[in-house]
Amino acid sequence: MATASPEIVFPQARERFSVISLLHELVVTVDHKKLGLMYICSGLLFFVVAGLLATVMRLQLAVPNNDLVEPDTFNRLFTVHGTTMVFFFGMPFIAGLMNYLVPLMIGARDMAFPRLNAFGFWIFLFGGLLLYFSYLGAPGLSGHGTAPDVGWFAYAPLSDRAFSRGHSTDYWILSIFLGGIGSSASAINVIATVISMRCRGMTLMRMPLFVWLMLVTAGMILLALPPLTAAQVMLLLDRFLSARFFDTQAGGSAVLWQHFFWLFGHPEVYILIIPGFACVSEIVPVFSRKPIFGYPVMVAATVMIGFISMGVWAHHMFAVGMTSLSNTFFALSTMLVAVPTGIKIFNWLGTMYGGKIRFEMPMLCCIAFLFQFLCAGLTGVMLASVPFDWQLTDTYFVVAHFHYVLIGGLAFAIFGGIYYWYPKATGRMLSKRLGLWHFWLFLIGFHLTFDTMHIPGLLGMPRRIYTYGPGRGWEIYNLIETIGVFFQIAGTLCLVINLLWSLSKGAEAGPDPWDAWTLEWATSSPPPEYNFETLPAVRSRRPLWDLKHPEDPDWKYE
Amino acid sequence: MTTDLMINDPFASAVTEFAEWKLPSRRKVGVLSLIGTEATVFSIFVVAYVFYTGKSLTGPYPSDVLTVPIVATVCLLSSSLTIVLAERAFKRESAGGFRLWWGLTIILAIVFLAYTASEWYRLITVEHLTISTNLFGATYYSLVGLHASHVVVGLILLTLVLVLSVLGRVRPADAERLEMVSWYWHFVDAVWVVVFTVVYIIGR
Repeated sequence: MATASPEIVFPQARERFSVISLLHELVVTVDHKKLGLMYICSGLLFFVVAGLLATVMRLQLAVPNNDLVEPDTFNRLFTVHGTTMVFFFGMPFIAGLMNYLVPLMIGARDMAFPRLNAFGFWIFLFGGLLLYFSYLGAPGLSGHGTAPDVGWFAYAPLSDRAFSRGHSTDYWILSIFLGGIGSSASAINVIATVISMRCRGMTLMRMPLFVWLMLVTAGMILLALPPLTAAQVMLLLDRFLSARFFDTQAGGSAVLWQHFFWLFGHPEVYILIIPGFACVSEIVPVFSRKPIFGYPVMVAATVMIGFISMGVWAHHMFAVGMTSLSNTFFALSTMLVAVPTGIKIFNWLGTMYGGKIRFEMPMLCCIAFLFQFLCAGLTGVMLASVPFDWQLTDTYFVVAHFHYVLIGGLAFAIFGGIYYWYPKATGRMLSKRLGLWHFWLFLIGFHLTFDTMHIPGLLGMPRRIYTYGPGRGWEIYNLIETIGVFFQIAGTLCLVINLLWSLSKGAEAGPDPWDAWTLEWATSSPPPEYNFETLPAVRSRRPLWDLKHPEDPDWKYE
Repeated sequence: MTTDLMINDPFASAVTEFAEWKLPSRRKVGVLSLIGTEATVFSIFVVAYVFYTGKSLTGPYPSDVLTVPIVATVCLLSSSLTIVLAERAFKRESAGGFRLWWGLTIILAIVFLAYTASEWYRLITVEHLTISTNLFGATYYSLVGLHASHVVVGLILLTLVLVLSVLGRVRPADAERLEMVSWYWHFVDAVWVVVFTVVYIIGR
């Protein structure tokens, strides 16, 4: 970029700003911060699009016997919504956070493999665009189908050629396949960066928890994505070369697809939520003015979550008809995940306990996260018990549970992260007034929609139905859910306006607006392309505390 | 609290604390991670193969058509040895020895692929087993094909190195790069041990 140092003025520095040069810069950049922001921005874009798809679904379900959309359209809506949210909002957003923050936090100048990083971003972006291109391209020559309509887990045999004509499922497979390559590339990059690029003195047990949690996430991506990739290759072979992997008439097994999918799918949930934990683990100590409570236990609990999450997948399949032994095993392993997760919640509370809490936007989001994630975890433990799950499989109770995890948990943690690191990335503070509007509108909307959603689920309302008849007692709840959506839209609008407005009008942030302790706050905001003028060296987990308090540094006690 | 503090480096003490600050090579960590995720992909195809063993509703069955590929296996496994010898020659800075052993590795890989090709040709034309015939065909071609495609990638890497070496573009500083190629090659060989056991011993 232009002005690397004030003394030397490069000829390019006088070049006029133009859209073309900006686009050129975006296309050729291998800088981890630019790529990180590109990941985050495109992730947010997909978030808005998939949110609008959800709005159409909620409008359709607001009243009984509604005919706003056709049943086929409804199938496409929930498939594209789910696929987008998981693969093209969640994954890239996480990759963006990793990319932007991990090198800064460990005192490095870039990721280990900058070009691989750019490759990962572009292949993800085109994967995401391919999914939406299916609306136009999938009918192909045969003219069957448009967007994918087989649900985000694309159960066989529904996704096999006999039942899914045209190319919609092929687009689903290929877009996720590309996204998966991108995610694997950034996971490899993060692991190599964390292992090999830490600054002098940053031992593993001195890394910020954020970095530890991202390391575990990256490891999980490497182990959990291949089952999906492999299963998708098999499905492609089924669809194009008439292989018989999931064709029950030739002796194949449709259940095998479910095993492979959830062997990916459940760890995926943890891949999504652990980065949420990572944000919370950075924000809670800074805004409680205390070091994180139980750092080694937090690390151990994260590794345990990663480990156990690989052995719980079949709790998605209790209703399929497995043996009692499998049911018992997966019920117990699922309940076991609650132990390390509970440890984390207690440690965050322990950090807040006795702290001097500052109720700034990031902290508010984290407090909401704590309550909501706890509730989401509790319904998770309920669903882990097999008979309860038999009763409620594929009802709105399950939908409410996982939206509680992913919105009440992940989205709020991400909001916290946005408020916390936006000043670092842009040099400007986000407006707190707009932030409060966003927070409260979204919070109220979230609870209206998803607290209420549990009830029709318990009353037996199945998921994925495009409409329902009156007189079952579901009407009022569905109406409230739909009303909640508009609060969420209003809240999101406040966030988007805040993000854009503060870019030029926000208060100057300075290098360290939150009086924080990790290395990303030691450089200017936004950081220069080379991150640090001299590479830092650290002696404790809170290097900036040591800097600011030379009379009482952490390294005397660690 | 500003950048100034960092430049003036109040952590000079930390620098002395970790005078020797050496971390693993990022190249090695990256390649090991890649190998880890690749191994997981293979394990899923192996699981599918084992799961569908004996479940084909129609013939041909593995016991009717598969023969144990002893020569090909010996070739592929000994190529792991020749690539190690090539690396040693490289470290002794003996270009001739390096090219000899590296070239031999390539020849062994080609022999292996030629065997796979001839086996597939026989299965398709004589035994009429294709990927769509039955579950055996689907799992066999996908697992062995996935491995063979990795051999092809390895072969391209090996050939590239040999060409660059003949052109005099491989310098002693590239030793670690060559080591990465050889790690990948060992991985491909190790996978073959599993594929061989599952397809030609257990599954037959």
